[in-house]
Amino acid sequence: MTTTPTRTTPDQLSIPPDGRPYHDQPQWRNDFPIDWPQDELVARRDFTKFLVLTSFAFVVGQLWIVIENFARKRKGKPPVRRVARADAIAVGSSLVFNYPEAHDICVVVRTGAQQYFAYNQKCTHLSCAVVPDVANGRFHCPCHNGSFELATGVPIAGPPRRALERILLEIRGDDLYAVGTEVRA
Amino acid sequence: MKRAVSRQQKMTIVFGILSIVVIIAVLQLWLLTATMNAFLAGQERVIIPAAVASLICFAFNAGLLSYIYRLERRQ
Repeated sequence: MTTTPTRTTPDQLSIPPDGRPYHDQPQWRNDFPIDWPQDELVARRDFTKFLVLTSFAFVVGQLWIVIENFARKRKGKPPVRRVARADAIAVGSSLVFNYPEAHDICVVVRTGAQQYFAYNQKCTHLSCAVVPDVANGRFHCPCHNGSFELATGVPIAGPPRRALERILLEIRGDDLYAVGTEVRA
Repeated sequence: MKRAVSRQQKMTIVFGILSIVVIIAVLQLWLLTATMNAFLAGQERVIIPAAVASLICFAFNAGLLSYIYRLERRQ
């Protein structure tokens, strides 16, 4: 009859992990017994330590957002920049331009004689470039089938949850100017 | 004088602390994603309170970890 080793006191050494009695265990296990309860304790403690480090990483992430926000505020208002001649964009067509920085790609769409809408081309889901679909009154993101309303930039379909960054426009004389940006929820 | 703690009791305490730390870490993850979303949407009001809350959570977690080490030193 085999007996399963049991712990008689809370701090007893080493119950073999397969639960078999000691005389059925290989010789090396009897020569070098492992203190399994202590091993478990150390494993849990180290996992807790790892989680506390993860917690610290989250704090670093939060501080990074604070710094980015501070930098964004310090930048101030974006410059006023000429986009194109107002009549250079035909009704129902669009034009790509850079604003406020050279790496910020934006698109302006003309929907009527005096109606222009401009947005940053980055989709608010995963930053793919949105494509104007004037016939359907929307911007379409081909990556994950997201859609934004052309007139407002708010998401109407697909995974995006935030509106496109709007570029504020002004017509001065014959020219179209970008005068600012508007980030929205 | 502090009472001696058996290894089984220590194990129970460590499990309890581990559970609390897991819950707080998940809370911090949620806080980070919510703050990032607010930052990208231009809502600045929540950023600093969220950072402070996350820092408090971390301090609490670190306190619990230090308690585990103090507990291990106790015979």
